[in-house]
Amino acid sequence: MSDDAMMAAVAAGVLPAEDAHRALLTSVAETARAIFGAKAASIFLYDESTDELVFEAVAGSGADELIGRRFPSSRGIAGWVLVTRQPLVIEDVTQDPRFAKDVASDTGYVPKGIMAVPLLHEDRSLGVLEVLDRPAQAAFTLAEMDLLGLFANQAAIALDLTQKSRRAHAILDGGDPSMSAIARIAERLEAMDADEGAGRRLLESLADVLDGGRGGGTADSESFRPRRRRRG
Amino acid sequence: MSAEEAEGPDQLPAWSLTADQAAMLRQPAWPQRITREWAWGGATGKGVRVAIVDSGVEPDHPLVGPVQQAVTIGDVEKEEVLPDTEGDLCGHGTACAGIVRSIAPECEIISVRVLGAGYTGSGPVLMAGLEWAVDSEFDLINMSLSTTKRHFSEFLHELADDAYFNGTMIVASAHNMPVESYPWRFSSVLSVGSHDQAGKTTFFYNPNPPVEFFAPGIDLDVPWVGGTTLRCSGNSFATPHMTGICALILSKHPELTPFQLKSVLHATASNVEEADRE
Repeated sequence: MSDDAMMAAVAAGVLPAEDAHRALLTSVAETARAIFGAKAASIFLYDESTDELVFEAVAGSGADELIGRRFPSSRGIAGWVLVTRQPLVIEDVTQDPRFAKDVASDTGYVPKGIMAVPLLHEDRSLGVLEVLDRPAQAAFTLAEMDLLGLFANQAAIALDLTQKSRRAHAILDGGDPSMSAIARIAERLEAMDADEGAGRRLLESLADVLDGGRGGGTADSESFRPRRRRRG
Repeated sequence: MSAEEAEGPDQLPAWSLTADQAAMLRQPAWPQRITREWAWGGATGKGVRVAIVDSGVEPDHPLVGPVQQAVTIGDVEKEEVLPDTEGDLCGHGTACAGIVRSIAPECEIISVRVLGAGYTGSGPVLMAGLEWAVDSEFDLINMSLSTTKRHFSEFLHELADDAYFNGTMIVASAHNMPVESYPWRFSSVLSVGSHDQAGKTTFFYNPNPPVEFFAPGIDLDVPWVGGTTLRCSGNSFATPHMTGICALILSKHPELTPFQLKSVLHATASNVEEADRE
């Protein structure tokens, strides 16, 4: 069993279930909506396996119908924000005929204004937070832009935790009985009093085993190809 | 190689300078006070080539005008650069090109589309597009985007330094979020954040980098796809304002290096005393 799989099994045993994460992300979307006085707010998660953005949490209009809807990461404003890592605020998006048509056919709700911000955690772009239709009469301010950035940071941490938990549960669901056993042990230990000596010692031993097996860098830490100059 | 054999400053060795060679480095002196009038008075951006590395630029948008060249990246491994007929896939590149042209109406616009292939392939395509723009020796490269991927940072850093020493200024959007991202943090690029004041050429020098300059980035009417305009905000719109001002300066003073260009920008910034009195 790999270290990653073992850690995932341990994590799956102690991490909250899917419902708790969904509630966390929905709460983040609802808070974003409230602080900007907006009509709706959505969190999109980037799905690496299909290169798509998925509606993960929605506060406000169309909440029930939208969860789980997908669209290509190459498309539209959310796609631009995800790829470029730059926040974008657009006041009257209905002027963009392509956008209006695309979004209307996807969601049935065409917002007038969009604030979109990338959800960045460590060096990854995890998804996009969109705040729709903030009060039209108020001009956008620098303070709101900074607030959006700060808030997105919080949302990104929540999204990262959700992704890690899902990955852990997915590995566990893979069917390896030894991982299920580790998950059950981790779950029991989590339920024990933290000061209980035997449980703590067992956890420490497990940590030692995992630490000992680690080594080397990941592919992500390697540099991109060397620069090839075309000039003389 | 002796100073006599050298054809110009390009042939000088970079690591030392003799008295003879120093004579070859004679430069036109600047006036004691560098004013906006001296820097870009009467300039239109004519003769300056500006690459917009973004989502594409809509051809013949009334607020953008002609796009002199449009390319995109084909096979990244083969470093394939192809003519681009897709226009703008988002609207953002058109907005940037329009802002540059609103300041420097006669500059040339070269669209380098690096977006549209989704998220997965976006990093290598972005690197290839920027590399092509640097190797093409454009005067200015507007880059209203960034990457957080650390494994691109070394390559980007080298690219940014190559551009800087070869007379190409990369103008890049800063992040207003607590993340490490590139290339705006490199000192060889000109990094831009937003201010909320009026005036296309109102810009501020920041003595507390990494963000070096602030340009208009809030509530701007910008061209968008379909011949339309949208009201937008973001550092990615502040950036082409600085690119436009750079295009004006370079059309009047084509001899300026990126270092000198940054110096002129500092001297003419709205928060520098002399510029304020103008």
